[in-house]
Amino acid sequence: MAQVSLEGIRKVYPNGFQAVETTSFTIQDGEFVVLVGPSGCGKSTLLRMIAGLEDITEGTLKIGDRVVNDVDPADRDIAMVFQNYALYPHMTVRKNIGYGLKNRGTSTSEIDAKVQDAAKMLNLTEYLDRKPAQLSGGQRQRVAMGRAVVRDPSLFLFDEPLSNLDAKLRNQMRIEIKALQRRLGTTAVYVTHDQVEAMTMADRIIVLNAGRIEQIGTPSEIYHNPASTFVASFMGAPPMNLIDAQVEQGQVKINGYEGLMPASASNTGPVTLGIRPEDVVLDEQGAVPFRVDILEELGAHRLLHGDLGGQSFTVLIGKDHAAEIGETRVRLKPDALRLFDVESGKVL
Amino acid sequence: MKRAGFENIWLPVALLLPQLMIIAIFFYWPAGWALQSSFFLQDPFGFGSTFVGAENYTSLLGNDQYKRVAGFTIIYSVLVTFFSLAIALLLAVKADKVIRGAKTYRTLLMWVYAIAPPVAGFLGILFFDQSTGPMTKFFQMFGWDFKLGVDYNATATAMIIVAVWKQIPVNFIFFLSGLQSIPRSVREAAMIDNRSATGRFWEVTFPLLAPTAFFLLIINITYALFDTFGIIDALMKGEPGNNPMTLVYKVYLDGFRGNDLGGSSAQSVVLMVLVLILTVFQFRLVERRIHYT
Repeated sequence: MAQVSLEGIRKVYPNGFQAVETTSFTIQDGEFVVLVGPSGCGKSTLLRMIAGLEDITEGTLKIGDRVVNDVDPADRDIAMVFQNYALYPHMTVRKNIGYGLKNRGTSTSEIDAKVQDAAKMLNLTEYLDRKPAQLSGGQRQRVAMGRAVVRDPSLFLFDEPLSNLDAKLRNQMRIEIKALQRRLGTTAVYVTHDQVEAMTMADRIIVLNAGRIEQIGTPSEIYHNPASTFVASFMGAPPMNLIDAQVEQGQVKINGYEGLMPASASNTGPVTLGIRPEDVVLDEQGAVPFRVDILEELGAHRLLHGDLGGQSFTVLIGKDHAAEIGETRVRLKPDALRLFDVESGKVL
Repeated sequence: MKRAGFENIWLPVALLLPQLMIIAIFFYWPAGWALQSSFFLQDPFGFGSTFVGAENYTSLLGNDQYKRVAGFTIIYSVLVTFFSLAIALLLAVKADKVIRGAKTYRTLLMWVYAIAPPVAGFLGILFFDQSTGPMTKFFQMFGWDFKLGVDYNATATAMIIVAVWKQIPVNFIFFLSGLQSIPRSVREAAMIDNRSATGRFWEVTFPLLAPTAFFLLIINITYALFDTFGIIDALMKGEPGNNPMTLVYKVYLDGFRGNDLGGSSAQSVVLMVLVLILTVFQFRLVERRIHYT
């Protein structure tokens, strides 16, 4: 068990590309932290620096109380699960799981016992003597997990471990990994580009964009109070509606429609207004007209895509609410409105 | 699984025919001739031949020179195969780690591949020349009076060095591409599982490289046995006298210099059988331990 702290960590590749800007954060003991962001945002680089597979250009990395900048990956007391599982194809499942223990001088009988335990926990007992090529994707994923848990490390690192699985298996493994981490109480850093994984698994989410941290927070904070338009549009499916608006005389206006919410006078001028699709209510007496162009039926809800004051806009309604294509009016829940700076995208 | 089949027999036959003809004309036909003539004693001037039964074979068994050549061939093949594989593997592992200028290194290491064996032999003569050769001077520094083409051991050493040098690039290319086809994440997983780089190499990298290594082992043994003919011929300078030679070279020497076609044919049949046994042995015993992904 360990706390992980990054102090002023920065990564510049030999070709001059800065993959991660100067970054500091601390992961608490036993916490499940998800690094999320689009491809190329530096999330994998960050994880690989923690693993020791990538040099740290600048800054201090601590696992527990130990500075590990120059510590060999094998000596960092970590275990990593890779996207393509990275199993040793020439070894049986048993040897794959036990390989790390063997190299740490564990006795054969102890390795056997630990491998058995791990296999039992992951429902792999009957596959111990198979080679990875004879296993399905989900089973390989479990072997990779087994290889990680068997060593009882102080830190788990996950590099998009579920992205090679099909949707159904992914949902199942998501729950299994989370439950396993809870049970073992091991600190975990999990990298993904899938915001659903981030929302469902994380104790805390770190949203990255272009090598920079956009926001750190619990899933609920990230979802309800995004720090920037980037976070607002990246997290949540469908994403938050972001439309141009004005603040005049302490009031937010969209194309002249008034009375949405009061705003402090200091923000006078153009702003970006954000609202989650589920915080919009269809209401004939609503303040703003909305034209429904496309209706998406999702079973539990419906998505209405259309036009609000000349800008594209999405509304999510429950399955019990009637809706049809054409002109209607909407009401925006005032306490769900978020205002962002037009230039920087930061929340106001 | 569904098996696909041809409707009539002639299309597959026609498709296979060119390959079969090449094998028939360049292998089975000469092999058959060799087998046949190994039972005859040919007149040196081509006026006729006498059936002598197995005499060509039995006389090989009692021939000390043949045994000496066979002995040298074994030592030579083992050394050439071992060193050309080992050095190429070492270079490939090092080149695989290079990030900057990797292409330049690779190209430089591959150049030698383009050199024909006889040319390699002549380059060897320059290097090992008795009065001007740098390698000769190098050996003299250690007190070895190196005399190419005169001293048996000197010539043998030169043959092995040139043959190894010539074969390294081929092995290097295969090893390097083999190394690069090992998924990066598998090696990284090994870095987390095993602190020792040597341990990682022998327990993870090398087993995954084994299919390549096995293929190269067969190619290299064949190379040492047969394809080094040009190198041997050049280094010997046409004076077989006290110089070492391989079985293939002796087949040529007895058949075309000594005009003993029968004896030479018997030797080539023996060589053919030996290589056949060796190959079967390799596939049965070595290949079984290899994991193909």
